[in-house]
Amino acid sequence: MTGYVTPRRRLGLVIDLDTCVGCHACAVNCKEWNTGGHSAPLTDLDPYGPAASGVWFNRIHSFEAGEGRAGRTVNFPRSCLHCDEPACVTVCPTGASYKREEDGIVLVNPDTCIGCKLCSWACPYGAREYDEDEGVMKKCTLCIDRIYNETIPEAERVPACVSTCPAHARHFGDLGDPASEVSRLVAERGGYDLMPELGYRPVNKYLPPRPGRPAPPPQPAEPDAEGLTGFLGWVDRMLSR
Amino acid sequence: MERLDPSPPVSDEVKHTTCYMCACRCGIRVHLRNGQVRYIEGNPDHPVNRGVLCAKGSAGIMNHYSPARLRKPLKRVGERGSGEFVEIAWDEALAIAESWLREAREKDPRRLAFYTGRDQSQGLTGWWAQMYGTPNYAAHGGFCSVNMAAAGLYTLGGSFWEFGEPDFERTKLFLMFGVAEDHDSNPIKLGLAELKRRGATFISVNPVRTGYSAIADRWVPIRPGTDGALVLALVHELLKARRVDLDFLADYTNAGWLVIDDPRGPDDGLFARDEAGTPLVLDRGGAPRPWNGEGVRPLLARPATLADGRRAKPVFLLLAERYLDERYSADAAAAITGVPAEEIRGLAAELARVAFDERIEIDQVWTDWRGVTHDRFVGRPVSLHAMRGISAHANGFQTCRALHLLQLLLGAIDTPGAWRYKSPYPRPAPPPIRPGGKPGELGPGKPMPRPPLGFPMGPEDLLVEADGRPVRLDQGYSWEAPIAAHGLMHLVIRNAWAGEPYPIDVLFLYMANMAWNSAMNAAGTVAMLTDKHADGSYKIPRIIYSDAFFSETVPYADLVLPDTTYLERYDCISLLDRPIGKAEGPGDAIRHPVVPPDRDVRPFQDVLLELGARLGLPGMVTEDGSPRYPGGYADYIVNHERAPGIGPLAGWRGPDGALHGKGPPNPRQLERYIAHGGFWHYELPSEALFFKFANKAYLDHAVAFGLIAKAEPIVLQLYVEPLQRFRLAARGHGPIQPPEHLRERVATHCDPLPAWHPPFEGQMVSEAAFPLHAVTQRPAAMYHSWGSQNAWLRQIHGENRLYMNRGTAAALGIADDDWVHVTSHHGRITVQVRLMEGVEPHTVWTWNAIGKRAGAWNLDPRAREATHGFLLNHLISELLPDGRLPNADPITGQAAWYDLRVRVEKAAVAPEAVEPALPPLARPPGLADPPRLLRYGAQFGRSPERRRVTAA
Amino acid sequence: MHPALSVIVFTVASGAGYGLLATLALLAALGTIAPSLPLGLAGFGLALALVTGGLLSSTLHLGHPERAWRAFSQWRTSWLSREGVAAVATYLPAGLLALLFTFFAPGRATLAILGLLTAAGAVATVLCTAMIYRSLKPIHAWCNQWTVPGYLALGAATGLALAFAVLAAFGVPAAGPVGIAAIAALAAAWWVKRAYWSFLDTVPAASTPESATGLGRIGKVRLLDPPHTGANYLAREMGFRIARKHATKLRAIAMVAGVVLPAALVAVALATTQPLASLAAWLAALLALAGALVERWLFFAEAKHTTMLYYGAASA
Ligand SMILES: Nc1nc2c(c(=O)[nH]1)N[C@H]1C(S)=C(S)[C@@H](COP(=O)(O)OP(=O)(O)OC[C@H]3O[C@@H](n4cnc5c(=O)[nH]c(N)nc54)[C@H](O)[C@@H]3O)O[C@H]1N2
Ligand SMILES: Nc1nc2c(c(=O)[nH]1)N[C@H]1C(S)=C(S)[C@@H](COP(=O)(O)OP(=O)(O)OC[C@H]3O[C@@H](n4cnc5c(=O)[nH]c(N)nc54)[C@H](O)[C@@H]3O)O[C@H]1N2
Ligand code: SF4
Ligand code: SF4
Ligand code: SF4
Ligand code: SF4
Ligand code: SF4
Ligand SMILES: [Mo]
Repeated sequence: MTGYVTPRRRLGLVIDLDTCVGCHACAVNCKEWNTGGHSAPLTDLDPYGPAASGVWFNRIHSFEAGEGRAGRTVNFPRSCLHCDEPACVTVCPTGASYKREEDGIVLVNPDTCIGCKLCSWACPYGAREYDEDEGVMKKCTLCIDRIYNETIPEAERVPACVSTCPAHARHFGDLGDPASEVSRLVAERGGYDLMPELGYRPVNKYLPPRPGRPAPPPQPAEPDAEGLTGFLGWVDRMLSR
Repeated sequence: MERLDPSPPVSDEVKHTTCYMCACRCGIRVHLRNGQVRYIEGNPDHPVNRGVLCAKGSAGIMNHYSPARLRKPLKRVGERGSGEFVEIAWDEALAIAESWLREAREKDPRRLAFYTGRDQSQGLTGWWAQMYGTPNYAAHGGFCSVNMAAAGLYTLGGSFWEFGEPDFERTKLFLMFGVAEDHDSNPIKLGLAELKRRGATFISVNPVRTGYSAIADRWVPIRPGTDGALVLALVHELLKARRVDLDFLADYTNAGWLVIDDPRGPDDGLFARDEAGTPLVLDRGGAPRPWNGEGVRPLLARPATLADGRRAKPVFLLLAERYLDERYSADAAAAITGVPAEEIRGLAAELARVAFDERIEIDQVWTDWRGVTHDRFVGRPVSLHAMRGISAHANGFQTCRALHLLQLLLGAIDTPGAWRYKSPYPRPAPPPIRPGGKPGELGPGKPMPRPPLGFPMGPEDLLVEADGRPVRLDQGYSWEAPIAAHGLMHLVIRNAWAGEPYPIDVLFLYMANMAWNSAMNAAGTVAMLTDKHADGSYKIPRIIYSDAFFSETVPYADLVLPDTTYLERYDCISLLDRPIGKAEGPGDAIRHPVVPPDRDVRPFQDVLLELGARLGLPGMVTEDGSPRYPGGYADYIVNHERAPGIGPLAGWRGPDGALHGKGPPNPRQLERYIAHGGFWHYELPSEALFFKFANKAYLDHAVAFGLIAKAEPIVLQLYVEPLQRFRLAARGHGPIQPPEHLRERVATHCDPLPAWHPPFEGQMVSEAAFPLHAVTQRPAAMYHSWGSQNAWLRQIHGENRLYMNRGTAAALGIADDDWVHVTSHHGRITVQVRLMEGVEPHTVWTWNAIGKRAGAWNLDPRAREATHGFLLNHLISELLPDGRLPNADPITGQAAWYDLRVRVEKAAVAPEAVEPALPPLARPPGLADPPRLLRYGAQFGRSPERRRVTAA
Repeated sequence: MHPALSVIVFTVASGAGYGLLATLALLAALGTIAPSLPLGLAGFGLALALVTGGLLSSTLHLGHPERAWRAFSQWRTSWLSREGVAAVATYLPAGLLALLFTFFAPGRATLAILGLLTAAGAVATVLCTAMIYRSLKPIHAWCNQWTVPGYLALGAATGLALAFAVLAAFGVPAAGPVGIAAIAALAAAWWVKRAYWSFLDTVPAASTPESATGLGRIGKVRLLDPPHTGANYLAREMGFRIARKHATKLRAIAMVAGVVLPAALVAVALATTQPLASLAAWLAALLALAGALVERWLFFAEAKHTTMLYYGAASA
């Protein structure tokens, strides 16, 4: 299979960096859902030793941008962006890595992946996670086994990371539909692509931190020549009304 | 093509219970497959978390299946700390505990000190201690946030902490002081999301810009321990600008109450009262009258002469006189806090503008306690929240009072858009419970007449001997800490070791890692636990400990009672303790076993009730001496009545479950809770939602639910009279007076109006030698010490750094990743730094409780937590540098963790690992080697048989 | 990028193998060398051994070597797949050529056709290998105009150096021109690598911490905390860092040991007689291979991946 046809829908996430408090809830709930889900397990090596490491589909970084008080701390969740030009798919020699036509989700077939890791080199965003134990590549599935899961209530058919985020900083929807809630958010808030210069055309978008609101200039205090006496007089006047 | 099943059934069974990966009490849905936990998610119907779940909650599976779980009762056979235990049967364990406890009780119940940590069954444990007859009881509040609780309860009859919440739906300006995570973890995050959605302004006052502060619209970096100065400057500016809510003050606070002005007299500073004891105000007619008299409206600014000729001033006048003084100006505060004066003035103006010019109104008829009907709720959409950045300082009580004063001046208490009480608050300020355990109330085999913890109104309520010495082991309710409403847990081990004020026989700890991260002076604490008399006996003779996991404290116990995990037991998040009430109404919840234990462990509450029955404690046995609650805690939850009709759970009471709040026990109550998702929640009618302290509909409801005794208004206390009573005693009045060495301290700090003083440690050490403040923050994804056993969470926080301001570090010649010595007056640690922009230049900080003792938690002794994780606790002393007074707030005894002063120097050579490193702990019997590879979930996936290549 | 031994050995061995193969095949096609048992065994044997050893070594880093056959399916998009296809396709003419050259005496036409096909296959395979790296946009050090010339030149240089050694050992007259070609190829490799390194040192990657996070609008972006305190696959695979002064030293070693010395030794061999000539020729070939290993190690070690911008790297 060469490449893919432009997907009918472009399902993805919109992540609000103005609201993310960096709590890692999405990352852990993702791990919890997916370790027993489509990509099970999300293996952990040396889990109780000095070199613990594991497979995670979503990781929360924090950055500082700018200097001193004028700067900002920004918490930054990072997972697969389900790119429209996913080189992770085109470099894959086996076809194990593929982008779905119906919704644009990029997946890995663990039954055919040979574990060559080339896709992880091709992904600029570090969104691919190699399971050293199973010898196959794994990655965010956009919770494909939740969003279409007919055994869970319709309102809850969103990715685990979205439904768990306590700050509601993650939004899920069809970014191919300009009328969708997520597209509207992106338009309103100036949602942007990561590393646009590489041309991967990520579906996931990030909403920038809003500018801060510095303290307003103090109001000139009322002329108060009489000091405490004046103040008390004012209190009396006000109260005797 | 790939075999892809987009619709696999998640589980074969879903159970609803309450999370306990922290104290936030979120509702969870536990999905089980073949009896194993497949997935835990937030319960969308639950009032606390509304479907969301934090990192810890999502990692519950890994705590539940942790290889650090204790498996069977343990009896120490080697030296304390050696880890040499034998496994014993429960019968033997209970018999040993029973004999130790019985012996102590028959000698003097005070010889038992019973202290609990992060538990949620204080309703039970406090009652048990009362029935046992020991005042030496407290939960973790004393080292946690009693400053917030006490300041709030004495001022508002409610408090920040988890007893109130900003009106996130309506507030327009949210000001947060010193909060990193808090007990309301998920609700705060949900609230911040709501603020962001609405475009409200969020300001964070915090020396560090991470987490919540990172998303604030404005970050105000403040020097630690100076918030009181900042807030009182805001008060100054508001008064000066005449931007205060006089009507609110006159109607709902004690602003108009007359305070006797008789400097040398025994009643100086007390309220002028009528014969019935009702405080007087100067009525607008000009005469002193009882504040609650028919039609009485107080004047606030005029001095009065009382019938007996003494002079008196309304509280508000005292307040204006004090805070209008230039000592409280923005310029003065700027020098102390590091926040520019212009900014302080700007903030004051902004607060006033939003409170008064952007007031909100809700058209809703309501009636106040006087019977006056109002056609709307007028809201001041400014809300405040504060926690340990305020409380963990030795001036925290008064700083928190200052915050409440600020709220009161703005009229921003329990109005739309302001900070609101969460049920079961408000209660009278302070709640009418006095601490039990006065000298005459104690005796061999005798229960106490009242619970050990309460709220003193004056010296007569203190727990002191005739000579002024403390009754309690932890010095609570003594002159060292007169309003120690939660005890002083951080002094327990030290005092028990020193035999001050007296030796004890049994130290009984539950769910508190006291030999490590909740110890001040961690290494010293370990030494005290193992210290011996000349005759070879331990200074602390017997230690019983209940933990669910192999924590750092386990090896120091003589008897270990292994608890279940939170998914294996009943629990009760009760109105008698810290329930899940919201501003909209009361609520409580349960935990119930969703999976059976696979080890020989028992719920601690079952064990406690059984010990109570064996000891024959009142209330725990029937007349014939048989156990009163043979069904254990579940039995107790359903059938115990604290007062007629009032039990641990308020929902579905009465034989058929039709009653809520009060009612006789319902044998099927737990089933009703389980069917309802594990919680009960009651929505108040809309007329009862605001101004609860004076709202007739609310007060009537509160009486009906048994939350308060009488439907009387709760007057908000700008001026806290009980403090003045302590002060008078210090001035030499009354029969109960502080010992000489404490007179001055009591007279200074027991100020009925909020004051600010620099933290003690900073006053006692030289600024030049210890120029920096060192504080900790809670990481959102880790809960104190108990998250490190969690295979997932420890990947996120497996080590910690000392964070420093980039500029400060440069001036000290310190580069990113350097190793440094951090030295306090008490000790030194050597750790690695990380530089950052978002930290106040005089502050260094680190994540709390990431450092682990090698070997503990069944981690590899070379785990990064031990080699690259560290505690600041090694630097913090339980006593002040003078070696005498507790390192604590002088009013509440709250541990002053964040008063720590340090210097930081680059280490000449980078060590291999952090210092100090205590010797590794030996693993107790019964625990197996932890796995080298974890494939949790493979059993639920589509191809569980996939190969395993590396087990390295 | 983590310099994985199996990949380094693979690319160097297969580059040299294909270089040797292409040289011998071309010489055979031109009739410059005549079929012979010893030369066939030694020359083609060595070439095919290097190629095959390299390919086998490359499967060592696979998570599922037993599924390696699946890698031929995506030749329409994947250079890795194309490399596999090209390698396998090259075995056909190369195997036949080696067989006939060694054990039979095929006609000129057969040799010419098979030789040209083999040489073309060899070059194509090396080109595919190079393109695997050339096409990876996240890796500035690879995704540039110097990668393909670099692979081709190093393949040619090591292959020709080996061919020279083999031919010189057998005293084949073609050795002379091959030696001269080897010197030319080494010079070309020297020039390409110099150009490559100067490119690396002067042309910054398009991606920065600012573009990776989109936070450049606020100011300079620095990592405060990585997502996890421990390591992970990505950091192990892509987080390899080499100190500047190390790189400079290794570049010099690669050039001196791998290019300058071999070229000089080939010249010595050309100018002397046996056995010294053979000794010098083999030493040249071995040094060229060793130099190529160092170069290849650096090719990985110096390469930065944009992913590391999320882990504190200041540049990609
Ligand atoms: N430097 C510094 N020190 C601090 C603080 C700080 O900010 N800085 N904060 C202080 C504060 S506010 C607090 S509240 C304390 C908290 O300190 P601790 O109360 O000691 O809290 P934890 O570390 O959570 O330890 C609780 C113990 O409970 C055990 N446990 C967990 N689950 C269960 C269970 O289900 N049953 C039983 N029986 N045991 C269980 C754990 O294994 C652990 O040993 O730390 C204090 N220490
Ligand atoms: N995830 C998680 N949640 C928890 C806990 C946990 O361990 N993990 N622990 C629970 C417990 S026991 C408690 S007590 C609560 C505590 O919850 P928090 O009150 O959030 O406690 P800390 O993390 O200690 O945060 C204190 C904050 O105050 C700041 N600070 C320090 N000194 C000052 C000061 O002088 N002024 C101001 N304005 N700020 C200051 C610090 O930078 C820090 O951000 O959290 C509870 N929730
Ligand atoms: S759960 Fe939400 S707030 Fe927390 S780290 Fe993830 S995106 Fe950020
Ligand atoms: S983010 Fe990476 S893994 Fe995901 S589609 Fe884009 S290139 Fe592929
Ligand atoms: S690791 Fe698997 S998915 Fe990735 S490129 Fe190789 S075969 Fe394809
Ligand atoms: S969409 Fe699903 S798989 Fe992807 S990051 Fe979110 S939770 Fe993880
Ligand atoms: S905040 Fe997290 S850990 Fe705490 S109860 Fe809620 S979900 Fe559980
Ligand atoms: Mo706490």
